Amino acid sequence: MLSLSEIAAPVALSLTLALVVTALLIVIATPIAWWLCRSKWAGKEAVAAIVALPLVLPPTVLGFYLLIALGPNGPGGAIASLWGSRTLAFSFEGLVFGSILYSLPFMVQPLRNAFEAMGDEPIEAAQTLGASGTQTFFRVAMPLARGGYMAGAVLSFAHTVGEFGVVLMIGGNIPGETKVLSIAIYDYVERGEWGRAHVLAAGMVVFAFVVVTAVMMIERRVGNR
Amino acid sequence: MRFIGLLVGVGFLALPGHAAFAGEVSVAVAANFTKPAEEIGKAFTAMTGDTVVFSFGATGLLYAQISQAAPFEVFLSADNKRPAQAVADGLGVEGTVFTYAVGKVVLYSPSIDVTDGEGVLKAGAFQHIAIADPKTAPYGKAGLEVVGKLGLTDAITAKLVTGENISQTLQFVESGNSEIGFVALSQVTGKPATRVWTVPAEDYSPILQDAVLLKTGEDDPAAKAFMAFLKGPEATDIIRTFGYELAQ
Repeated sequence: MLSLSEIAAPVALSLTLALVVTALLIVIATPIAWWLCRSKWAGKEAVAAIVALPLVLPPTVLGFYLLIALGPNGPGGAIASLWGSRTLAFSFEGLVFGSILYSLPFMVQPLRNAFEAMGDEPIEAAQTLGASGTQTFFRVAMPLARGGYMAGAVLSFAHTVGEFGVVLMIGGNIPGETKVLSIAIYDYVERGEWGRAHVLAAGMVVFAFVVVTAVMMIERRVGNR
Repeated sequence: MRFIGLLVGVGFLALPGHAAFAGEVSVAVAANFTKPAEEIGKAFTAMTGDTVVFSFGATGLLYAQISQAAPFEVFLSADNKRPAQAVADGLGVEGTVFTYAVGKVVLYSPSIDVTDGEGVLKAGAFQHIAIADPKTAPYGKAGLEVVGKLGLTDAITAKLVTGENISQTLQFVESGNSEIGFVALSQVTGKPATRVWTVPAEDYSPILQDAVLLKTGEDDPAAKAFMAFLKGPEATDIIRTFGYELAQ
């Protein structure tokens, strides 16, 4: 059937990609979500809509424009040339970049909701007691928003593991570099090796089930207080 | 007055149009044959009035769909394995398999001069080389055979980028992400000669592209007419202009 070594590489790749992307998203999404919550600027909902675009755009559209943007004629090529490469496509780094864009709304939205749910009182109370802006954020706002962080992390992680359209467009199917689990399953289907596809897919279904259950339990325990 | 106008209008609607008696054929086509298939479809419609509905894609994926009762009536594969398998699996009509085209693989680069294709491959002055998945696309397999024949397998493997099908392989090269790639000649007809290196036929196993009539189309006269048209002089002329050869 499926040997362990055959499964190991795509699984490890998908998990690594998801972990890296989730960690980076926590860092990137926090200021965006905080700004969206606290800003009084009239145009902020336009920014929110742009952030939410990957929710609505077909992944192949995102992947297509990423292919152009990551290439030698786009910003990706400029970044890649820092380490002597022509393009960010076909690399793990390219996947990280694409996945961050693809999963951004899955981190920003739960965080923004959590920040908004806490209201102004805790912030004002902290400022009245003399806390600086940084102290207020890290010691008051973030802990109060931990439900949002957990939900966002779980969702971003799961969304990245399930990513297919974007990876298909920019990955190049390189084993150990860009051949993630979803692509491996697709490959097996195309080759007619359906037994192996069943095994991998079953694993993903179990994983998805665990994720959804975890999110629901977290939201119950930590979210509504 | 208006009533008469309405009657006339309805009368026109009720007239059996040419389309009312015309058939429709659903054809699944391997991605590399996209352009010639469209031309053949137009010629077929002009001659018989039947419309052709094409679905282009990777041969492997199309076959997977066919095995799950996708409503295709004719299957134009990129290889000769799948149509034989279709007949063996009871999906294809026996005796209808034939080679509709013999594929030619080329090395294509929009940026590198590939007049001396062998030299370019040996020099290896590129970071990525795109190829269609060799396990499912005969053009990809042919590309690997060529590389193997030149003794460059180890050098090239590290730079290989695999496209899901031959169309995606071309996308990787056209977008500049991969400087060079093995594609089908029909995909790059019209490109300047310095950008395309036609691989010598003896360097790879012949790419015999077979067609088969599927059980879905067994009783459809339009489907059978299309299969016959594909063998005929008009179709073979179109196939040749796109750089394919015909089976001997």
